[in-house]
Amino acid sequence: MKHLATFLTGAVFGLGIAISGMANPAKVVNFFDVAGAWDPSLAFVMGGALIVTAIGYRLVWRRTRPVWAPTFDLPQSRRIDLPLVGGSALFGVGWGIAGFCPGGALPALGTLEPAVLLFTLALIGGMLIARALMLVAARRAPAAEPNRSLT
Amino acid sequence: METAFTPVASTLGGALIGLAAVMLMALRGRIFGATGLVAGLLRPASRGDFAWRALLLAGMVTGPLVYRLLFGTPMELTVPVGPLALVLGGLLVGIGVTYGSGCTSGHGVCGLARLSPRSLVAVPVFMASTAATVFVVRHVLGA
Repeated sequence: MKHLATFLTGAVFGLGIAISGMANPAKVVNFFDVAGAWDPSLAFVMGGALIVTAIGYRLVWRRTRPVWAPTFDLPQSRRIDLPLVGGSALFGVGWGIAGFCPGGALPALGTLEPAVLLFTLALIGGMLIARALMLVAARRAPAAEPNRSLT
Repeated sequence: METAFTPVASTLGGALIGLAAVMLMALRGRIFGATGLVAGLLRPASRGDFAWRALLLAGMVTGPLVYRLLFGTPMELTVPVGPLALVLGGLLVGIGVTYGSGCTSGHGVCGLARLSPRSLVAVPVFMASTAATVFVVRHVLGA
């Protein structure tokens, strides 16, 4: 039951991505190309997702705990720092170059398109590089914050 | 290249993305972020942690197949760039989301929905840098 519900949660996300156009780089890049072939569709993806999530989260949080976990596990950090801003800026550069973001690419793996696989492998490579750089930095400055939690 | 404006499909797809985020919060109390999902698979906290993430991912990749069964046509996927751009973009995205602790799903949907102060900064930053990059690539470099 647990496994099936988790699988179905992923399937709902994947179908949503497929219907929305978030996994179609041509469409994604056009959203950002206001000076060219502008396609505002992605604003509607974000709008639809945000309305449902913002309301749904508040309904869910009325419960004392999730169905299969002791507590709601929410990122608590409020720190606005260089890794957050610089990392996000770098993510945007990559998104603009390739047209895929991680949440779009993962479901798109199901199309078996080589381009998606290539992007995803590079994505994993980039994540491993960042991890290695963080480890090196943490070793040089042991006082620095250890492993950052990922949202 | 022009793409069709699809406000209804995009809103509906977005609502499903939101529904999945709410389901994961209700069931496991977790944020639905693709960055955290992959990071957790690369370095799982436990076997159980790996298992639910793998199941979630397995569900996600059925998206295109379910789409095809429902609508009788494959989902649209046009990649306007070559392999070099995919690799360079992928590497930058991977490094960026790891330092930035999230991407469009974790910060953009879940983080904004719960008014996380970090997401309220991260999202405008990556939206602006994506737009700037697209402008430079398309209109300055002329690719």
